[in-house]
Amino acid sequence: MPPLARRNLFHDKVRLAVTVTGIVFAVVLIVVELGLFVGFTETTSALVDNSAADLWITSKHVPYVELGVPFSERKLYQARAVPGVAEAQKFITHWTQWKRPDGRNESVQIVGINPDSQLGRPWNLVQGRAEDLKRPDAIILDDIYKPKLQVTAVGETFEMNGKRARVVGFTHGIRSFTTSPYVFTTFKRAQEYSGLADDQTIFILVKLAPGADLDTVRRGLLGRLTDVEVFTSREFSRMTQIYWMFTTGAGVAVLLAAILGLVVGFVVVAQTIYATTVDHLKEFGTLKAMGAPNSYVYKVILTQAAISAVIGYGLGMMVSGFVVRASQEGGAAILMPWPMAVGMFFLTLLMCTSAALVSINKVTRLDPAMVFKG
Amino acid sequence: MHPAIAVRDLTKIYEEGNARVPALRGVDLEVQPGELVMLVGPSGSGKTTLLSIMGCILSSTSGSIRVAGKEVTALKPKQMASIRLDHIGFVFQGFNLFPTLTAGENVELMLDLKKVETAAGKKRAQLLLEQVGLGEKYNSFPADLSGGQKQRVAIARALAGDPQIVLADEPTAALDSHTGRNVMEMMRGLAHERGRAVVIVTHDSRVMEFADRTIRIEDGMIADSTLEEIEVPPGLGSYPAQASV
Repeated sequence: MPPLARRNLFHDKVRLAVTVTGIVFAVVLIVVELGLFVGFTETTSALVDNSAADLWITSKHVPYVELGVPFSERKLYQARAVPGVAEAQKFITHWTQWKRPDGRNESVQIVGINPDSQLGRPWNLVQGRAEDLKRPDAIILDDIYKPKLQVTAVGETFEMNGKRARVVGFTHGIRSFTTSPYVFTTFKRAQEYSGLADDQTIFILVKLAPGADLDTVRRGLLGRLTDVEVFTSREFSRMTQIYWMFTTGAGVAVLLAAILGLVVGFVVVAQTIYATTVDHLKEFGTLKAMGAPNSYVYKVILTQAAISAVIGYGLGMMVSGFVVRASQEGGAAILMPWPMAVGMFFLTLLMCTSAALVSINKVTRLDPAMVFKG
Repeated sequence: MHPAIAVRDLTKIYEEGNARVPALRGVDLEVQPGELVMLVGPSGSGKTTLLSIMGCILSSTSGSIRVAGKEVTALKPKQMASIRLDHIGFVFQGFNLFPTLTAGENVELMLDLKKVETAAGKKRAQLLLEQVGLGEKYNSFPADLSGGQKQRVAIARALAGDPQIVLADEPTAALDSHTGRNVMEMMRGLAHERGRAVVIVTHDSRVMEFADRTIRIEDGMIADSTLEEIEVPPGLGSYPAQASV
């Protein structure tokens, strides 16, 4: 088959640039909106997802990780006695106040952990070690929030809830969906910063022994501990994501923006592909007059759309890559996991070919007698 | 031997809103293989409508039409496309070449429609271009060809499907007189040497001498069918006889 589709596209460079620009715009728009949605969703549950725990023990009716209710830490010892439990650690998340050097207060989320355990530790450390939290007044926070909290370097001291805090390390990329930065410290110090009673915890994180059955251990915990609920990390993560993304307006807004991005992207692609087809209407009329079956004409149009999709996707992903990378330095991460990148390819292909179907409808109704009209 | 085209009591009425505009009224016509017929007449007389119906591009309102011995009157669009592909070659006033394809590829496209294998298609396209004197222009794009060369490529494309019938709409209208004569000699060769039935719609009185038969259409009806009776407007002579392809 002569390369009619390819030539139609590449013959007019300006038209090609317009078509590809439209598709690139659509791809970037969709990636940014969907990436924001994915980024926000993962941000909401980051503490749970990175806790390394298999099970979370919470008070009853706790809807998400930021709204834990204190309970007696005696339950920790009961949990450790359940067969199949390799390790159990107390864990606190609680809002408190951070006093900046300029006197302004910022809300932060204190995260209390046992630095000798792998459970609940800060991750992505770029300066300092989790073990440094054992030093007096030690805290670790994320470098993204340095300007917000007016922190510049390790060693600086601040005040949280009227108590001294010294920065001993930084993580990178641990964002908070609530805009209140996470501040990691020891469990004991977290109790003090958050005003929690000495014998109370908010969560217990559980690590299973090798080979232990998750459901059996969970049933064992529920049988021995009263007035608590036990969730797998995956369940608690989903609960937290659903709360923030769907119960609050913020997540719904991001989701709507993502859907809007899809719609706008499709409209842009539909217009550009339609215009590309209409540009060659006379030639499609000639093809039909020559006796070409509709399927032959469709093949040319769909091939044009597919080539446009591949080029637009390639360039769109390059631009998206820059945007995603740039967002890593900001408060709102745009994430593009590989399944999303692969999915975008098929989505772009789908958008372009279905947009081509709209123009095919016009070609189908094309009167081949147009070839005799000059 | 059956006629290449046989038209019986053909009418065509265009519906324009509530108005019914008759374009053809009871046309009877036969075109034999090896015959070059010209359809002439004033604008709006129905020539192009008749050509479109004979080319299976347009359906008639009533009457019957047989193309290459096949009754095509009541065929569906898909079947009409198949008849066009198998039996008819078109030459258009505006050439209608694909500007993004080379001359050779324009011819190859027709062969591709006929499902000729690619390598054989290339060979045949080259041969056809050589037959119209454009063998060296295989890789030239239409934009780089003169009007006459474009029309010769269009003729090569029309012949690529080996049609029994060639229909041409004002094939010389966009050409100068010398080039127009070349094209007409080629069309006459198609009829006389290769046995095709050739029907040409034209306003160009200078090409009348090439016709075996000239059919004058007025108000959707055949007014007469002899060359001698066609009036040549003053100032328009015939093409010089020594022109060559």
